[in-house]
Amino acid sequence: MSKSKPSSKKSAAPEEVKSRKPAPMKTHEKKKGKAEDADSMAKRQREISVSEFFAKNRHLLGFDNPKKALLTAVKEAVDNSLDACEEAHILPEIEVKLERLSAPIVEAAPENEKDAKEGKDSKKRKGPVPTERYRLTITDNGPGIVATQIPKIFAKLLYGSKFHRLKMSRGQQGIGISAAGMYGQMTTGKPMRITSKLPKKDKAHFTELQIDTKKNTPDVLSEKDVDWKFKSPSGTSVEITLEGRYQRGRQSIDEFILQNTLSNPHGHFRFIDVDNQVFDYPRKTKELPEVPSEIKPHPYGVELGRFHQMAAETTARSLKTFLSNDFSRVSDKVASEILSTAGVKDVPASKITPHHLNKVHEAIPKVSIMSPPTDCIVPIGEELIMNTLKQHSKADFYTAVSRSPAVYRGNPFMVECALAYGGDLSGEEPMTVFRFANRVPLQFQPAACATFRVLTKLDWKKYGLNQPRNSLPVGPIAILIHVASVWVPFTSESKEAIADYPEIKQEIRLAVLECARQLSLHVNRAYRAAEAERKANYIDTYIPFIGEALQEMLKLSDSQKDKVVSTLRNTLERSKIDGD
Amino acid sequence: MATKNKAADNKALVGIDKTAREIYDKSLKGQKPQLKMPVRSLTNVKYKNKTGYLELSNQYKTRTLTYNTVKGFAQTLKMMSASKELIETNDHASKREMYYISKNWGPARFDEQPESDTVMDDIEAMMCVNREQLRFLPEEKGGEVAGQLIVFDRDRDTNKPIKIDCTGFGSGAYSIPISVEHLEFQTKAKFILCIETAGMFQRLVAHNYWRKANCILISMGGVPTRATRRFVRRLADTMKIPVYTFVDGDPYGIANIYRTLKVGSGNAAHINEFFCVPTATFMGITPQDIIDYKLPTHPLKDVDIKRAKDALKNDPFFQFHKPWVKAIEQMIKMGVRAEQQALAKHGLNYVIDEYLPEKIKAASKFLP
Repeated sequence: MSKSKPSSKKSAAPEEVKSRKPAPMKTHEKKKGKAEDADSMAKRQREISVSEFFAKNRHLLGFDNPKKALLTAVKEAVDNSLDACEEAHILPEIEVKLERLSAPIVEAAPENEKDAKEGKDSKKRKGPVPTERYRLTITDNGPGIVATQIPKIFAKLLYGSKFHRLKMSRGQQGIGISAAGMYGQMTTGKPMRITSKLPKKDKAHFTELQIDTKKNTPDVLSEKDVDWKFKSPSGTSVEITLEGRYQRGRQSIDEFILQNTLSNPHGHFRFIDVDNQVFDYPRKTKELPEVPSEIKPHPYGVELGRFHQMAAETTARSLKTFLSNDFSRVSDKVASEILSTAGVKDVPASKITPHHLNKVHEAIPKVSIMSPPTDCIVPIGEELIMNTLKQHSKADFYTAVSRSPAVYRGNPFMVECALAYGGDLSGEEPMTVFRFANRVPLQFQPAACATFRVLTKLDWKKYGLNQPRNSLPVGPIAILIHVASVWVPFTSESKEAIADYPEIKQEIRLAVLECARQLSLHVNRAYRAAEAERKANYIDTYIPFIGEALQEMLKLSDSQKDKVVSTLRNTLERSKIDGD
Repeated sequence: MATKNKAADNKALVGIDKTAREIYDKSLKGQKPQLKMPVRSLTNVKYKNKTGYLELSNQYKTRTLTYNTVKGFAQTLKMMSASKELIETNDHASKREMYYISKNWGPARFDEQPESDTVMDDIEAMMCVNREQLRFLPEEKGGEVAGQLIVFDRDRDTNKPIKIDCTGFGSGAYSIPISVEHLEFQTKAKFILCIETAGMFQRLVAHNYWRKANCILISMGGVPTRATRRFVRRLADTMKIPVYTFVDGDPYGIANIYRTLKVGSGNAAHINEFFCVPTATFMGITPQDIIDYKLPTHPLKDVDIKRAKDALKNDPFFQFHKPWVKAIEQMIKMGVRAEQQALAKHGLNYVIDEYLPEKIKAASKFLP
């Protein structure tokens, strides 16, 4: 990604031979300017910093429009806070405060709507979309950050603790929070303001930061020691001023916080909205989730480039010990087997050549290696995800399943699924789907997500739901899917949708099917119960007439009549279960 | 009318009591009570020429009280109870009235009269009595009578005999009452002619054919009602005169009208013994008549052919009589049918002047 991008004209040229359409354009362009040569092009070829790249491609990080940008900023900060708290074994307490700094923009008036219909008019008016300005403050009770690290963490892209390790965590790349700060800086010119307190110090450290987008380095504008205004012994508070749009409802901050409370029942969340309304979500359990352990990469999942890089960085003394030390599930024996399969002799670390590495990398798939350890994945748990759904909706039936861990490309992962059915859930709407990846709610791009691809492919008709072709079923059903992994593959850096690796899709499928099986038992049970009741009522309707007729014909006393009626009722009740 | 039939009343009452008692006892034992009744269909009748009617065979169906039958069960018992009350109070109810009585039964009421009629037929078969004995009366009208016959009925109030001369109805006719057991007869007629259609009956009455032929004319109006069959039976038995049948030459006239008159119905075989005329014979129109009299015809419809084949395959009466098998096979082969009134082709009074005298001269050759 950091490689320079060649000028578009030249790279496009060979392709144009294939396609006929652009040909006239090419001649047109030729007339316009002077032909380039390698020297003239070399003058314009230079490095592009990651920050610059993302500044231009901010949609890749989830900052495509003001509304989403605001939410993404909240999301990145909250993810970081939760990760930090959990790693420090602290029960998270997170406050999100949103202040509107500009006058709110009134939604388009009806006459504008009319304009919009008459295409031309609205085109004329198309200027820069008016935006609102917000101040966002996220405060946690985490372990705090050492003062010297603060600039790099918050104002350097691709800097962080999580990228170079394989451990289940919310953040993965070290982009998120810096990108949020950068976005704020670009849209409002305001620096990011960080206050962090370490437990051992009395004072907190305050830093005002900007990011130098050309160099991808932090600029510290000011720093000082200040009083920590919160009760917690340590913590970090991040303040970003940015352009955005705050709306409630779907894909809103409110929804994000609520969903976070679902996937993080051990967290205490507080949201203070633009009207200074406080939404407080106390924690539902005081039990911290198990801390996931870090694992070494599994040989099956390591790509060639990374393999070379690891070899260059290894502290092992030989090729063989490099394999057995730096990878998971590679014993001495397995390492020898890999080498012999590759036809490469063990050499000291200093003598490892790219040729060796290529051969060894080629040989790895041919050697049977145990799956990576899976205890590094910490599920939310069947009971908790079920409670999560219970909180969301009053249904008749809940079920949940946590699958055992599986592996894709050498990365352990695990799928959990919970399902709610009936009750207050609307029968007219498509299935409600909650998606989580490493406990982070996914609110965007549902259709691009592996979960959706699985859900729409399943046949829901046999569970009594309507299902338009290739769509989610329609009916009173809600489903929650959590994919946890040391490395959740997303379709983009904005982490909105889970990529559809076959292994992951298969596990999602099995988890959903397991829940669906329980659902089908429930549906049948409910149907049978209703049927039995209907039959009992039917029997109760007519049996008294049999008693009455017998009484008339045989001159029975009332008690004799009652007895025969109750005996008959019992006889039939007993047999109706058999279906006759 | 029902005052004298103590025996019939008893049979019905005993049957009702017995059935009710069995159900009661079985219910108290925690068992599912059952109703047992003969299967009412042609497959469950047998024919003996000696006795001369379709007798009930030995197939029974049992209806066990279950979820599915509980409503029918309740309705059957309620109707039995209603019947019992009618007998005890010496009253009666028409089929339609019975249907309306059920409207007091709340959810167990009948929605349509056919439901109530079916239950009535079930009870009748179950008790092996006829519905008159259960004090249920049909709505159906009996046949009509004209000719050389005097019927003695009784005045309802005074019980004095009433003398009815069937020659005295002019262009009209005497209606057979619903119950005929108490009637007495006096006649010098040589035969009884049972006619299918009212149209043919009218022609014969209007031209006083009965006087010319010295006979009794009976209009059946399609399949003869129970009362008509009983009336003809009693008349033929007590006066010892032959019965000739004159119906359309088609499978319905043969297999339904004539067969029912002679040997009773397959559907109510338990009462055929009394409601049939075993001495009746078939005058016409035969398939051979169609040829001999060059009658205009209509092609047999699918339903006609089905009825004819069914008679050959399932009806023990026709199976017993070889001439009938031949006649029906002949009709199927010809593929045509002819109505009584087709004789009008040869002149309106051809039937009186030519056809009937000629046929009756050879009465011994009538189909059995």
